[in-house]
Amino acid sequence: MKNWFMLTLVGKDRPGIVAKVSAALYRGGANLGEASMTRLGGNFAVMLMTQYEGPPEALEKIVAPVAGGLALRLHIDPIEGELHRHVEPNVRVSVYGADRAGIVAEVTGALAEAGLNILDLESDVGGSSLRPIYIMHIEGHAEGGADAVKRILEALAKEKNIEVQIAPIDTLLG
Amino acid sequence: MAVLDILIYPDPRLKQTSSSVSNFDAPLRDFIADLEETMLAHPGCVGLAAPQAGRFERIVVLDVSGKPQVPNNGRLTLINPEIVHADGSAVGREGCLSVPDYTGNVARAEKIALKAFDSHGRERLYRMEGFEARAALHELDHLDGLLFLDRLVSRRNALFRRKNQGRSSAAKTGPS
Ligand SMILES: [Zn+2]
Repeated sequence: MKNWFMLTLVGKDRPGIVAKVSAALYRGGANLGEASMTRLGGNFAVMLMTQYEGPPEALEKIVAPVAGGLALRLHIDPIEGELHRHVEPNVRVSVYGADRAGIVAEVTGALAEAGLNILDLESDVGGSSLRPIYIMHIEGHAEGGADAVKRILEALAKEKNIEVQIAPIDTLLG
Repeated sequence: MAVLDILIYPDPRLKQTSSSVSNFDAPLRDFIADLEETMLAHPGCVGLAAPQAGRFERIVVLDVSGKPQVPNNGRLTLINPEIVHADGSAVGREGCLSVPDYTGNVARAEKIALKAFDSHGRERLYRMEGFEARAALHELDHLDGLLFLDRLVSRRNALFRRKNQGRSSAAKTGPS
């Protein structure tokens, strides 16, 4: 039986990580599913759904040599995963402001209170090193739609002096 | 009348360019009725292009009137459509009957003027905005063998549209 695993690889960014890891998995007979990979602060982080017929130890044997060669730390978790399980987001939130401690906790706390389930979050720190700014994009699903999220988050934005924008995602089907 | 089968990508036929309609006759109108019925048979579907149903002619049916609070021109048949004016740009999420189980963000013009023939060969001009303009542009792409997959943009570009760009942009909460 084919099982799903979540592979996590983290290490200093360098050219060829994705190509080498995916080639090793392909040669080892593993299938790739959904993935998220990105460069964060000079590191490269890979989260990769992998389908493999065999125990995690055998999968590790396939990936460990190439991960070691690239100085990546490898983590393998058996997961109860499946493809074609997408949840459609219906709210998009973006936030920016002067970077300071607690901004993510405050915003995501307000979103949780508003009933928003985060499906995707990416954030970055930009600006100058003396005056950094924090930028965050979120897509999620809220039972009550964008309005409830808007009320709660705009109140927070006023109080904390950050910029927020909340927009409904009305997916077109055509 | 019949519900037509929808071509599903990676069917290569979805990538071909469709040809113009020259005969505005009863068989054309029969096909349009089938295309409309096919659109209505899929809940939430707001438009369909003839090539999605395996007919490679420049025919689109469109109807966003079922969406609450969306300005619209009602149920439309657009034959040999042509964009004559496009203005603004907005990112919105799109899916497609020909691309199941995947949606993505696409940038489209916010306001368009579009010239097209109706099923009797009469030329019409339509002004569209927002969701209806997006739907029309999505369907017109099908006529040129383009899918929304050809136009995906990153979420990073999706936000903070200027204040005057469209009704869905939220009020700013601070100086900008
Ligand atoms: Zn489509």
